[in-house]
Amino acid sequence: MKVLKTYPDKCIGCHSCESACANLYFKEDNAEKSCIVISTDFSPPAMNVCNQCQTCVAACPTMALTVNNQGVVMLNKSLCIGCLMCVAVCPTDSMRTCLGVHSPFKCIACGVCTKSCPTDAIKIVTE
Amino acid sequence: MNRKLLAEFKYDLAPIVRGYNRRTLYLNVGTREITSKPVSEMMIEKFVGGKGFDLYLMWQGVKDDTKWNNPENEICISFGPLCGNTSYPGSGKSIVTTISPLTGIPVDCNVGGHFGPYAKFSGWDALEIQGKSAEEVIVYIDGDKGTVQIFTAPDEEINSHIFAEELIKEFADSPDKLQFVSVVSTGTAADHVNITCLNFSFWDKRRKVARLKQAGRGGTGTVFRDKGIKALVVKYSGLKVDTNNPVDLLTLQQTGLKLHKEIEAGDATQCRMHEVGTAHLMEVMNDYDLLPIRNFKYGQMPEAIGLHSREFTALFTQGMADGCWYGCSLSCCKAVDNFKPRTGPYKGQPVVVDGPEYETAAGCGSNIGIFDAKDVVEINFYCDTYGVDTISFGTSTAFVMECFENGILDLAKTGGLDLSWGNADAALELLHQMARGEGFGLTVGKGVRAMKAIFAKEYGADPAFLQDIGMEAKGLEYSQYMSKESLAQQGGYTLALKGPQHDEAWLIFMDMVNNHIPTFKDKAEALHYFPMFRTWFGLQGLCKLPWNDIEPANNAETSEPAKVPEHVQNYVDIYKAITGKPMDKIEMILQSERVYNFQKVFCMRMGKGRRIDDVPPYRAMGPVTEEEYLSRSERYDGQLKAKLNIDPIGKTTAEKMKITRDYREDQYQQLMDAVYERKGWTPEGVPTIEHLRKIGMDIPEVIEVVSRYL
Repeated sequence: MKVLKTYPDKCIGCHSCESACANLYFKEDNAEKSCIVISTDFSPPAMNVCNQCQTCVAACPTMALTVNNQGVVMLNKSLCIGCLMCVAVCPTDSMRTCLGVHSPFKCIACGVCTKSCPTDAIKIVTE
Repeated sequence: MNRKLLAEFKYDLAPIVRGYNRRTLYLNVGTREITSKPVSEMMIEKFVGGKGFDLYLMWQGVKDDTKWNNPENEICISFGPLCGNTSYPGSGKSIVTTISPLTGIPVDCNVGGHFGPYAKFSGWDALEIQGKSAEEVIVYIDGDKGTVQIFTAPDEEINSHIFAEELIKEFADSPDKLQFVSVVSTGTAADHVNITCLNFSFWDKRRKVARLKQAGRGGTGTVFRDKGIKALVVKYSGLKVDTNNPVDLLTLQQTGLKLHKEIEAGDATQCRMHEVGTAHLMEVMNDYDLLPIRNFKYGQMPEAIGLHSREFTALFTQGMADGCWYGCSLSCCKAVDNFKPRTGPYKGQPVVVDGPEYETAAGCGSNIGIFDAKDVVEINFYCDTYGVDTISFGTSTAFVMECFENGILDLAKTGGLDLSWGNADAALELLHQMARGEGFGLTVGKGVRAMKAIFAKEYGADPAFLQDIGMEAKGLEYSQYMSKESLAQQGGYTLALKGPQHDEAWLIFMDMVNNHIPTFKDKAEALHYFPMFRTWFGLQGLCKLPWNDIEPANNAETSEPAKVPEHVQNYVDIYKAITGKPMDKIEMILQSERVYNFQKVFCMRMGKGRRIDDVPPYRAMGPVTEEEYLSRSERYDGQLKAKLNIDPIGKTTAEKMKITRDYREDQYQQLMDAVYERKGWTPEGVPTIEHLRKIGMDIPEVIEVVSRYL
């Protein structure tokens, strides 16, 4: 399974990963629209991102959520009816939703954020 | 399938505006007329949608003396402005109304499945079906193209578990688009008996089968078949989160998400709807002496352990997204997969069975003395696919089993069927007979009221005893709760407009267990508020279950926990978010009160609906037989002392039963007085003109009917 692994001890809370993610998926530098969420209210920072546990897959009524051959949970937006049931069942609060975006969104372990991280606090691994 | 097109109607596709299409579809299957009718401001203001639109349209279509099988009788199916949103749990309901073959008055059923939302998104706020077709037809609404077509229906198989699937595959654009088609159908029993239902399908993508939800009460399937209709089919492929075009999608989504999270956190320790659906109630009802056993004689028996919810949990496939409409995280429509019936035409064939839900488990289980969960599942399967209402089947079968026990019936009269308590083979054979149109099943399928008359006339049975044990009122069979020890629930059942169904008021725990409504005034208030509040679901296209089958963690600390105030506020919020109109909890009740009183007057127009029709059989109120009294003698003797200050010592059981009965019947009369007054009705149960004026339901046709009775 391909997954974005986090190393909070290395995180310096620069939020570069959030910028990279939101810019890639929403063309906006807006942390609210990032699939990875860094909270510097904690020390070390809390790093919230999907662990590909697949709990959401079983909850989706339209089967818009599926698992690809790398073990990554993918959302097919054309099938999504925006019910947000996946958001509610996510055990790590990593299925994201935000103002003005009708469909939920999540980390698909693309790795773009890892390239922006100055401290190697995030890494794509295969488990 | 080689179908001939008999009629076609084309219409313009237009987006819904804030939950409304502002037009309804009229179909006459006899004359083949198909037209679009505008929805007026008056309709929206006074009738809201859903059941309100159904009843309004039906009122125009029928005459005072219309019988269920007259061509002008209508089947109306409406959806409500909130119906079809994918954000808030329980938002996919259709409401079906027709003049019932069992009661002769309007019956209304609230049913899930995808047909309602798809028909609504195809462009219609309601369907109004009238006439009788000389040849069998299906009606097809293509919501992608904007066409309504009537086709011939040479199909051989009409039993729903097969027919719905066949039609979905026939009308879907391709095998990967089966989920965009939904079917309304019934089954072969609806050609022969009155205790029938309609099945509303939804395509289960995971199981790859057509699942079926039932518009169960009052014989809707019989009317459907009498009109020569084999099925209604709808196709709509464009569903999105904003198809209902709400004015404030964000609030709608966030309110839904809040409830999803509540369900996720609380369901496993509250009602376990996700695990076992409403069948979670089985042991709860048995523990409180409320589970109907042997035609409502008893509420508790040790044997009921066989129908404990864990038995059903073990049969239901777990971990599935079992919502009957998208976005319902309560996911209560459980299913038994790969079930192989041991009887009947589908013996040995693996099938998917929807349910059993509580009503079915109690009605087709404990109430007829069956305590094997698999027997209940088999009865459930055949009821659904034959188009038989599991509640009326259970209560009607319980009635004939008690008649058999009492010698009113015997093997000669039942055609050799041994209707002893718990004989599952005999119960199943009754069902198969209903489907084949033969044997004693035809008698049972007429329903309890008709059987009472037949058994008295043809078999010389004591009409008073039949009246006492025959669990029907207004012609409709009781649903499956014991109301003997809850005066408020006796009213909840028997004052219900369409007949004794628990969807108007379920007050047993408030009344009997928690004693929160001790006075007549308290009970009358509850019998005003809850029927009105619950009516609102039927106006909007909503399900009742997410209201109080999940509660916020702090609900018990609120001032009125039985109302679940936070969820009431949710409904206010989502109504405003969709329609953009003002709403509060007072206006909710007023919306309902208008339609509720309209339905009341509609019943009066058709010849029922007054005090004389609101009388329960004594079995719903107290012990009919010595056996029943003695089984709970400590309770009944105690009540003589505590409530009547009568010492039971030295009195015969018959004497004590008489005193108990007189007391309970008098209590019920006092309850009716209190409730009628609270509802703004005369002591005869007739809405006053002053009250109709006050609530804004003083339209001329209503006043005209009421005036006949004042």
